[in-house]
Amino acid sequence: MADSHTKDAFVEFDRVQKSYDGENLVVKDLNLSLPKGEFLTMLGPSGSGKTTCLMMLAGFETATHGDIRLDGQPINNIPPHKRGIGMVFQNYALFPHMTVAENLSFPLEVRKMPKTEREAKVKHVLELVQMGEFGGRRPAQLSGGQQQRIALARALVFEAELVLMDEPLGALDKQLRETMQFEIKRIADDLGITVVYVTHDQTEALTMSDRVAVFEDGRIQQLAPPDELYESPQNSFVAQFIGENNTLEGTVKEIKNGIALVQLDGGGLIDCKPVNVTKAGERTRVSIRPERVEFNKDRLSAEAHTLKAEVLEFIYMGDIFRTRLRVAGKDDFVIKSRNAPDQVRLEPGSEVEIGWLAEDCRALDA
Amino acid sequence: MLTTVDGKPLKEALAHAQSRAKRRAFLLVLPLLAFIIVSFIFPIGQMLYKSVNNTGFTISKDFGTGVSTPIMTNLAEWFEENPQGTDPDETAYAALAADLVVLRELKAPGQAGTRINYELSGSRSMFTKAARKAKKLEPPFKEAIIDLDEDWADPSLWQAMRTASIAVTVNFYLAALDRKRADDGSVEMVPENRQVYVTLFKRTLILSLMITVICFFLAFPIAHLMATLPMRKSNLLMILVLLPFWTSLLVRTTSWMIVLQSQGVLNDAMVATGILADENRIQMMYNQTGTVIAMTHILLPFMVLPLYSVMSMINPSYVRAARSMGATSWTAFRRIYFPQTVPGIGAGALLVFILSVGYYITPALVGGADGQLISNLIAFHMTKSLNWSLAAALAAILLGAVLLLYWLYDRLIGIDNLKLG
Ligand SMILES: Nc1ncnc2c1ncn2[C@@H]1O[C@H](COP(=O)(O)OP(=O)(O)O)[C@@H](O)[C@H]1O
Ligand SMILES: [Mg+2]
Repeated sequence: MADSHTKDAFVEFDRVQKSYDGENLVVKDLNLSLPKGEFLTMLGPSGSGKTTCLMMLAGFETATHGDIRLDGQPINNIPPHKRGIGMVFQNYALFPHMTVAENLSFPLEVRKMPKTEREAKVKHVLELVQMGEFGGRRPAQLSGGQQQRIALARALVFEAELVLMDEPLGALDKQLRETMQFEIKRIADDLGITVVYVTHDQTEALTMSDRVAVFEDGRIQQLAPPDELYESPQNSFVAQFIGENNTLEGTVKEIKNGIALVQLDGGGLIDCKPVNVTKAGERTRVSIRPERVEFNKDRLSAEAHTLKAEVLEFIYMGDIFRTRLRVAGKDDFVIKSRNAPDQVRLEPGSEVEIGWLAEDCRALDA
Repeated sequence: MLTTVDGKPLKEALAHAQSRAKRRAFLLVLPLLAFIIVSFIFPIGQMLYKSVNNTGFTISKDFGTGVSTPIMTNLAEWFEENPQGTDPDETAYAALAADLVVLRELKAPGQAGTRINYELSGSRSMFTKAARKAKKLEPPFKEAIIDLDEDWADPSLWQAMRTASIAVTVNFYLAALDRKRADDGSVEMVPENRQVYVTLFKRTLILSLMITVICFFLAFPIAHLMATLPMRKSNLLMILVLLPFWTSLLVRTTSWMIVLQSQGVLNDAMVATGILADENRIQMMYNQTGTVIAMTHILLPFMVLPLYSVMSMINPSYVRAARSMGATSWTAFRRIYFPQTVPGIGAGALLVFILSVGYYITPALVGGADGQLISNLIAFHMTKSLNWSLAAALAAILLGAVLLLYWLYDRLIGIDNLKLG
């Protein structure tokens, strides 16, 4: 990546590779740099190497090749306890034989901080995560969400500038997870810390991050702010992985005026924005978001190509309607429409014409 | 009071609803319960009963007909009428003579003599001899009996007969603690050259403690390695650890002999490499060293297994968390890892200690004279001297010590903290 040697980089992965067994690369040529204060999320399916990257940064795994730099200094040979990186583990890793307060003062004790100062810090950080009364409890006496807060507090209490979090909300239920997402983001912003956050939940990644790195098979597929990631996926993996997405396969017929005309395998011609295709004859997979599909004829421009579709299913979801259609021989094409007073509810069995703006339909790699 | 919808008390309704499940649960445990009662609780009860009740001097049982006849009744009567310390007079000797006649008829002098022999060794033959001549004895009985053997005038003998004339006694516990009744009935130590049991109890406890500590230091690293290695390698280690269980005791004993004896492999190797002069070969067999080495080998798995099971449950992220917070690996071990292994240490130590306190076969084979433990003496009294009451008393003291230990453990660490596997 071109910006991997930027001057203001706080954390930097420089051509990092990692193999556990000498046969397979779990991380393949990772280049990543983030400035101070950024909230960066590593998003990817299970087994894509996210935890491995985090462990290399924390010092529990060594990079097989390449450099990891923290504040400009290579840290490959610095042991974990000297890196000063705060860490929140998926299972929280709260020490079961210590009370909450003892857990929190542990990192301060090993730094030989005097007792009064320790107590003040512990009290302060407990208040920061709104757990002021729980200092005397054992981790086992806390709920999942409370343990989560303590784990966060413990990573923050020794004022690390960089905090790593490995799927910290994975074990919580949906509602609590949303509260905690907000909470973590607020605290990170307030303290101005740099966060590298790992998750496989794309909603979490989109709502919390400044930038998201989408991992697959040991590589970063795309590194971009959430809106760009959602609206301009660079390849079909990212398009598939982030948000709901309709895909259609076909061949490029021609590219003219920045618009690609694609002949679908299931029949029909559509207009797309060429992203990974450059010339006629190439195979492509086109991607279109369900909420960008238009079925109201009046709102489609006259010269746009449209497709015939058969309505298979209509689901009322409260705020939106979700309609499943058969399009170009595929019967998993979904459109979402807002529940508004004038919104049309499509009847199953009926036929409609669908279309979209060419820039909403991205012709990606096959 | 809470009631169900139709007015029945809630407790009653619940009990009724659960009674079926309870009955079934009881039926499920019944076979094991019966087995335990027959094979464990009953024998232990018998043993405890034997340790405080010996009828050798009070009842004779004819094993052919199954009839039990009281013996030494006249003497018992005399002891009852005359308090402790009364010198035996003519009536006493007359009672003795009458009882000896009965003994002769019942063919029981040996049994009665044996009982007195437990308290006063060498007295068994006096009974058999006197009983043979009992019919011919004539008054005055005192002179007549003392004429047979002047030891019949020994006050210790009369003290022994007095205690033995009541079946229920704590004398075997006294004996098991190297104590006995003096002639006046008070408790005193036995002469120094006959004190064996207390020393043996002490030795048993000390050696067991030593074995436990050695096992702990050997097992801890292995268990840790097993808990952290990948499955395939840890299974291989597990097999090595369990190997002692799978080899026959005789094979093991033979191999210890080959390795440890003064002309054995280990000594030869040390002499060959010059660590040891030929005349300074170390005796590692048939003494305490042999007992400790062999028992450590056998009992090691009992320490490794609970430790392994506890350690494999400790998530590696605890230590990682500690390290990321700035703890050195030693601090992380001491403050985070080690405290979490305590339940396994407790379980392993308790198991090894209790097992080694009662271990019999290994010290018998490789212990020599000074490597014997208390259980070897229990076995001796069970099979050789046939003093079952003393054996039972020794065993009961051992059982008491183990229970005490268990209680202490519960008070200090808490039994619910024990993790056996
Ligand atoms: N300690 C390890 N030893 C061997 N292989 C590992 C180890 N940790 C992870 N892996 C392998 O590396 C790959 C990536 O794992 P990981 O970094 O945990 O992915 P993620 O966190 O994205 O789910 C997986 O295929 C996993 O099996
Ligand atoms: Mg992971």
